[in-house]
Amino acid sequence: MATLQLNNIVKDFGGTQVIKGVDLEVKDREFVVFVGPSGCGKSTLMRMIAGLESTTSGDISIDGQRINDVGPADRGLAMVFQSYALYPHMTVEDNMGFSLRLAKVKKAERREKVLAAARILQLEPLLDRKPRALSGGQRQRVAIGRAIVRNPSIFLFDEPLSNLDAALRVQMRIELARLHEELDATMIYVTHDQIEAMTMADKIVVLQDGLVEQIGSPMELYHHPCNRFVAGFIGSPKMNFLDVEVREASSEGIDVALPGGDCRVPVDGSGISAGDTLTLGIRPEHLKLDDEGPLTGKIVVIERLGGVTSLYLEHGDSEWILVADGDVAHRVHDQVRFSFDPTCGHLFKGDGEALNHLHRHPLVDIDRKQNRVSSASDGQ
Amino acid sequence: MIRPHFPTRFLQWGTPMRERTSGRTVGGFRNLFLQGPAVTLLLLWMLVPLGMTLWFSFQRYNLINPMISGFAGWDNYTYLLTDPALWTAMGNTLLLVGWVLAISVIGGTLLAVLFQQEFFGRGIARLLVIAPFFVMPTVGALVWKNMLMHPVNGVFAWLSNLLGLPVIDWFSSMPLTSIIIIVSWQWMPFALLILLTAIQSLDDDQVEAARMDGAGPLAIFWFITLPHLKRAISVVIMIEMIFLLTIFAEIFVTTSGGPGLASTNLAYFIYIRALLDFDVGGASAGGVIAIILANIVAIFLIRTVAKNLET
Repeated sequence: MATLQLNNIVKDFGGTQVIKGVDLEVKDREFVVFVGPSGCGKSTLMRMIAGLESTTSGDISIDGQRINDVGPADRGLAMVFQSYALYPHMTVEDNMGFSLRLAKVKKAERREKVLAAARILQLEPLLDRKPRALSGGQRQRVAIGRAIVRNPSIFLFDEPLSNLDAALRVQMRIELARLHEELDATMIYVTHDQIEAMTMADKIVVLQDGLVEQIGSPMELYHHPCNRFVAGFIGSPKMNFLDVEVREASSEGIDVALPGGDCRVPVDGSGISAGDTLTLGIRPEHLKLDDEGPLTGKIVVIERLGGVTSLYLEHGDSEWILVADGDVAHRVHDQVRFSFDPTCGHLFKGDGEALNHLHRHPLVDIDRKQNRVSSASDGQ
Repeated sequence: MIRPHFPTRFLQWGTPMRERTSGRTVGGFRNLFLQGPAVTLLLLWMLVPLGMTLWFSFQRYNLINPMISGFAGWDNYTYLLTDPALWTAMGNTLLLVGWVLAISVIGGTLLAVLFQQEFFGRGIARLLVIAPFFVMPTVGALVWKNMLMHPVNGVFAWLSNLLGLPVIDWFSSMPLTSIIIIVSWQWMPFALLILLTAIQSLDDDQVEAARMDGAGPLAIFWFITLPHLKRAISVVIMIEMIFLLTIFAEIFVTTSGGPGLASTNLAYFIYIRALLDFDVGGASAGGVIAIILANIVAIFLIRTVAKNLET
């Protein structure tokens, strides 16, 4: 239904730049997630797209039309707020139909549209209630319903799930994914929760300090983070980092020194010479307990989750997190050895930039849309 | 004397005995014992003057002629209720309360919206606009009488001259209107103060959601701000009404209820009876009528306000 282009967007709040030149292309029917730590400017960016915040410089275009000077109501967008922002004195039906009422749509037609939206969200029995009489999840659904009724070209979600409890959040996440499929609309979603980002996005935009760090599919960010920030931000628990010395580097790979022997990481090492210091990054789930492993550590904390167990290890002044099988019988203070598959390792230069992997991960280009295409139709 | 009395059902004595989960009884004697002193004091405060007023209203009691005394029966009331002056005073009271309420609430709401906007010097402007409320009624009324509305020395007369318009002698040609203006000037800041704090608690997200829904400034005011202010407005109406029914000082220092009875309200009427005519009995009867009137108003008002506060 709609595409969105951001062209070198800048936002200046009285001398402080919060958005420092963002370029972005959102394709039709894409689910794009802005993710980043607090204060990275993701909400501001969304509010600029919505028209609630002015743009200091740069162009925002929808379907090729520059909309910088178009008011929020006329951009054809709908926004779902973190606080839901329901009108407390109106019933659910009036809340959902408010935009139509302002647009002077006839009562019968209004009711029809509200009912259609309510049906999608299973809100029909609640239409006569006031927001006060609804639970958090129901309020959230009303807020989404209010957006649906407007039939917008792009849906904007500003951390819509962060006020819900954990179980409800999972449920709403699934519901939102289903909704995206059902409505087949372009959606932009802001969150600081990387699980929401990974599970729902076709495309993730990682922001930090008003700049885009990386744009890509969830699997691309996971397997090929372009710098240390993205590597640390995506994935839970956080990626382990260790400063290592280069033994030998070529375009076929880099040999780095580890306490228990050298190891070869398959990244493009052109421009790197022996003796340089790089940062090795390995995800906790790629470390495995191995009595022959090159690394050792003492267990400091054990978190048992049932299915998996997180071990927090200490070795000298380096700390490691290792996600092991749920059945490991180790105890705190045990000394363990562990290893990793070097193809899963990442190397980062001193400025944080990642060295390119020689092999692209096969799932990198898969997005949610392709998840939905059944394997059978692929001819497999 | 004409203070609207809150229905006594609000003073609950014996709440039904309840048992806590711990097995201890709450309410009952213990409750009564603790509430007793305060409630007794309040009751005395209310009942003694009320009782005396009632007693005097059935007495022949005139300060000029002590020879006239004894039980009067309903004479004071009959005399009062057949006196057209009472009805004039009642009408004036209603006009005064109604107009001041309308002006101060509508003006206060609009001013609250205005003073919620960001502009240079907002802090000082807010302080200044609230200032009239801190001026004593007598002082305020005198300032209006001698410096603003005076037909010779007043600012308004000077302005009229400047524009070549006829000078208005406010207090003789439109006495009640003049008093309404003065009292509104005094009470609008109060409405503004309460409504401004209420407007500040309006969720920004709601306004932004309305903007996204296509609401312009007027629609936001009508559909979002005003419903949000509903409770605050009912509180303002209730409090203002209690005080406006008893307006006295402003009338006393400006028009003295005149010309004729043109600006006499119920409070001033009772004052005339008691302290100009020295007819204590008749004034007390007027007081009782005022109490009844105030209570009728209060019951309706408290009902609607309570209903408003519930939702």
